[in-house]
Amino acid sequence: MSNEAKAFLKKEKRFNLLVHITQIFMIVLILALWEILSRYGIISKFIFSSPSLILETIKSLFLEGTLFNHIFTTLFETIIAFVLGILLGLIIAVILYSFKFIARVFEPFLTLINSLPKVALGPILIIWIGANTKSIIAMALLINLIVSIISIYTGFLNTDYNKIKLLKSFGADKIQILKKLIIPSSYQTIISSLKLNISMTLIGVIMGEFLVSKAGLGYLIMYGTQVFNLNLVMSGIFLLLIFSYILYKIINLIEKRLIKN
Amino acid sequence: MKNNILQIKNLSKSYYTKNGEIKAIENISLEINEGDFIAVVGSSGCGKSTLLSIIAALEEKSAGEIIFNKKDFVIGYMLQDDALFDWLTIKDNALLGLEIKHLKNSKNIEYVDQLLKTYDLDNFKLKYPKELSGGMKQRVSLIRTLAIQPDILLLDEPFSALDYQTRLAVSEDVYKIIKKENKTVIMVTHDLAEAISLADKVVVLSKRPSKIKTIYNMKFPNNLTPILKRQTKEFNMYYEQIWKDLDVVV
Ligand SMILES: Nc1ncnc2c1ncn2[C@@H]1O[C@H](COP(=O)(O)OP(=O)(O)OP(=O)(O)O)[C@@H](O)[C@H]1O
Ligand SMILES: [Mg+2]
Repeated sequence: MSNEAKAFLKKEKRFNLLVHITQIFMIVLILALWEILSRYGIISKFIFSSPSLILETIKSLFLEGTLFNHIFTTLFETIIAFVLGILLGLIIAVILYSFKFIARVFEPFLTLINSLPKVALGPILIIWIGANTKSIIAMALLINLIVSIISIYTGFLNTDYNKIKLLKSFGADKIQILKKLIIPSSYQTIISSLKLNISMTLIGVIMGEFLVSKAGLGYLIMYGTQVFNLNLVMSGIFLLLIFSYILYKIINLIEKRLIKN
Repeated sequence: MKNNILQIKNLSKSYYTKNGEIKAIENISLEINEGDFIAVVGSSGCGKSTLLSIIAALEEKSAGEIIFNKKDFVIGYMLQDDALFDWLTIKDNALLGLEIKHLKNSKNIEYVDQLLKTYDLDNFKLKYPKELSGGMKQRVSLIRTLAIQPDILLLDEPFSALDYQTRLAVSEDVYKIIKKENKTVIMVTHDLAEAISLADKVVVLSKRPSKIKTIYNMKFPNNLTPILKRQTKEFNMYYEQIWKDLDVVV
């Protein structure tokens, strides 16, 4: 490696290090400030809580034995809604792609539903499905499914026409074209729709838990608000932050792994 | 006397669009014999690709007849774009046609292996298309077409995606491969020099609706490769004649 290249790498490394240090410093500063301000009564503990109170609340949730119940409830709902969203999205996109008539009929309705804020349907879901986990999953599906369908279907439509012609010249039938070309060539689109899907699913699940639930991170936040226990609210938000960050990282990892092959 | 394998009789084709009817081809008749290398030239948009698409049954004809000399006549269509699948290895790409036709048996796989070896792609079998040069990709695309052992090869501007230097080299390669495998070819191009140097017969189409204007039988001193043909006086003569015939408005 030349000296210039070494110098460049060194500079790059130092820059990255500086960014990381600044980030950590910022977090520590904010947490410390928050802690001190609330400890000395400059801001109200009751309304703003504090880092130490949050940790204490989480600890007591853990000791009560409900902490993991809340986390797993939300995790369970998220996974079910996520997997259903992707599978149904893929199947519906294939149907739309295969039958031009159906696609033409449903396109405007898809756009219509897509533009509707799905939360508005929450109350109806509760009445129709009941105040239970099914409603929460339905809520999440409402939010993630349309987005999945549209992004996967658009990916299908962007398939290179020349390649379709090539397969047809070999006498390929519709199913072969789908299996050998349309789906594999939309692989990238499908994978990146996973990422979009996970954030949509989380919005839906938390929304659903706000509306109906007896457990889960969304429930924790909602319940905390109702009994005006801001420690609980803040703890719920903090746990949700970590929860969604980990999920996002996992999806990212899966994406990298799948795209490499 | 050469064996006649394909007959096109009074072929016509119209496209119907919202803006009306487009008559692409009108009353084209052509006989293709085994081992022929036929080039079809004509101005842009005159209906050359349409002609190939109809022969390959990708497009329906409006009138006329296409008669093959046998029932299970196999057509190999090589498109302008190499249309290789990025997510398949070179070998899997080469096997694609066989796979679609459910003919991927050990005998055919061996044939493809041998083609890849003969045409210097042996070391690239397990690589992906993006790791190959333009010329190599075009060779893979040809092998993919040859793999199904077609009775006729239809080439639609097979070299137009390549730059001039590569284009000369690749057309030389493809020519050798085709002659060696003893294939019958219909090639569409709007590069006159390419048509004259590669083909035995050049069919000139008129502007839309295209009819056959003239058919030229190329006669060159024996056994010249395309690049060498380009340096002969016959080449210049044909070039001048066909150029006039094409009636290009500059
Ligand atoms: N599917 C289609 N629908 C309607 N019109 C079409 C269709 N395909 C081709 N055409 C029209 O038919 C005519 C002939 O098209 P074709 O692609 O066969 O020309 P070409 O000679 O191959 O042109 P180029 O040199 O540009 O490749 C063109 O005017 C084109 O616009
Ligand atoms: Mg064309």
